[in-house]
Amino acid sequence: MTDQGLVRRSAEELAASIASGEVSAVEVTQAHLERIAAVDAEPGVHAFLHVDQDGALSAAAAVDAKRAAGEPLGPLAGVPLALKDVITTADMPTTAGSRILEGWQPPYDATVTAKLRDAGIVILGKTNLDEFAMGSSTENSAFGPTRNPWDLNRIPGGSGGGSAASLAAFEAPLAIGTDTGGSIRQPAAVTGTVGVKPTYGGVSRYGLIACASSLDQAGPCARTVMDAALLHSVIAGHDPLDSTSIDEAVPDVVAAARQGAHGDLAGLRVGVVKELGGDGYQAGVEARFAEAVELLGKLGAEVVEVSCPNFTYALPAYYLIMPSEVSSNLARFDAMRFGLRVGDDGSRGAEEVMNITRGVGFGAEAKRRIILGTYALSSGYYDAYYGQAQKVRTLVSRDFEAAFAKVDVLVSPTTPTTAFPIGEKVDDPLAMYTNDLCTIPSNLAGNASASFPCGLADEDGLPVGLHVMAPVLGDHRLYRVGAALEQALVSEWGGYLLNKAPELEERR
Amino acid sequence: MSSISRDEVAHLARLARLDLEPDELEHLAGQLDQIIGAVAQVSEVAADHIPPTSHALPVTNVFREDVLRPGLTADAALAGAPEAEDGRFRVPQILGEEQ
Repeated sequence: MTDQGLVRRSAEELAASIASGEVSAVEVTQAHLERIAAVDAEPGVHAFLHVDQDGALSAAAAVDAKRAAGEPLGPLAGVPLALKDVITTADMPTTAGSRILEGWQPPYDATVTAKLRDAGIVILGKTNLDEFAMGSSTENSAFGPTRNPWDLNRIPGGSGGGSAASLAAFEAPLAIGTDTGGSIRQPAAVTGTVGVKPTYGGVSRYGLIACASSLDQAGPCARTVMDAALLHSVIAGHDPLDSTSIDEAVPDVVAAARQGAHGDLAGLRVGVVKELGGDGYQAGVEARFAEAVELLGKLGAEVVEVSCPNFTYALPAYYLIMPSEVSSNLARFDAMRFGLRVGDDGSRGAEEVMNITRGVGFGAEAKRRIILGTYALSSGYYDAYYGQAQKVRTLVSRDFEAAFAKVDVLVSPTTPTTAFPIGEKVDDPLAMYTNDLCTIPSNLAGNASASFPCGLADEDGLPVGLHVMAPVLGDHRLYRVGAALEQALVSEWGGYLLNKAPELEERR
Repeated sequence: MSSISRDEVAHLARLARLDLEPDELEHLAGQLDQIIGAVAQVSEVAADHIPPTSHALPVTNVFREDVLRPGLTADAALAGAPEAEDGRFRVPQILGEEQ
């Protein structure tokens, strides 16, 4: 049996216990490795594509040695973490959930990876995702789907379903996600966890395998708002290796989470986005969302309705811009320098081998987006599709600017529905794409956004997320709101939402 | 808007250097039609005088000091290659005999 006590603690508590010597970092890592061994294997959660038992234990031992030598430890030293398998690690394979990179071991660490290691955070392994982070259900992984710990027959969201599920299954207290259209926030919502997409450029993209470069952003995933804030401050900051990285001070998200935890939102103006609700939204989602908004009001916030008329066009614009960037980014998988090569029998030329390899190596969604992007960028269609979508992107940003002139944060449900059954939308791309209706505008405009648990839908007992949007570099506002909401709900529920999740069967 | 034929998908696939099976071409043609039909909504927006945005936060001319810093060794760069030979990537022939 796993030591349930250790795996259920927050990252903040674990770090304090390690620093005080109550438990060793090795014991903490061991407990999480045992939990993974007990619940992750099929037909279990399948959050991990790779578990690095030896590497994790030796990283933990290094933290224990540092403590024994009296050296100062960072605020998350010794705490285990699950890393989305789209971020490079020099000592572990990095697949991006694709056959085309199966078994590939990168020659360098991503900046995010390096920062985690420097902070003494213990990387347990790499988590499952939709291929190249393209999807909302983790069903597009070449290595099989991840299952939602709340109901193993349902999706954990995507693309970062593995990261979110690892938190909800108590396999790790911290995880890293990446968000191109909602891939941190939507999985957080449907698993009852916390996920934050920082301001674009707030966290380095160096070593993050690109989906859509102008939209991709890595960020923290956790079970508590404070844990997410602590992780956020570890990974954020300017990086000369990413030319789009913001060269400004990181917003003080930890202080904001502390402030929020006092439960006072007096002076905060909250705007409810009129366009993100109504038709197509599940009743239980709307009910929990309405209660969360009411709660923010009770905590002292001033709540008003705000209209962002161009948000209606954010989804179609996104599904032109994102595949266009995808089709260009995935061109690097050419069977020449890394990854899979198929059909090189001595008689075929490079171009033919490239064609065959890409046909075999990419899954259905990657192919769909490559073709869609190639279409949107082709001459004759460029102005009508890609060009027009870029103009809509400007209008979405202007809607945000106008809204943030009136309010400090905007709110909506994170997703229109709760977690759906595995297989339900797998060959219905349009239905799948609507999962990201509420999250996409923030990727187009680059502002900071987050999802926080706000209850369970009445009709299916599954988690619902509150989506909070803040202006560019207003990341701290997310944490103030999230922490205030969390303390109010935790006291109402008598514990965290995840305490209501069914116990997973441990198989060993 | 236009409907997308199987031949058009085959053309796009050639441009994208992507081998697709006949059933994939058929399937994608139908789906692309649907998706393009839905995303074509962007044309309803009156945006003639609106400047396009290519990047969420515009930054221009990001320079760094021109100083040496460690890079990958040849061995490290080749470690993940499908095939390497004599410290180089080995690739299939790039010119046909007729060229």
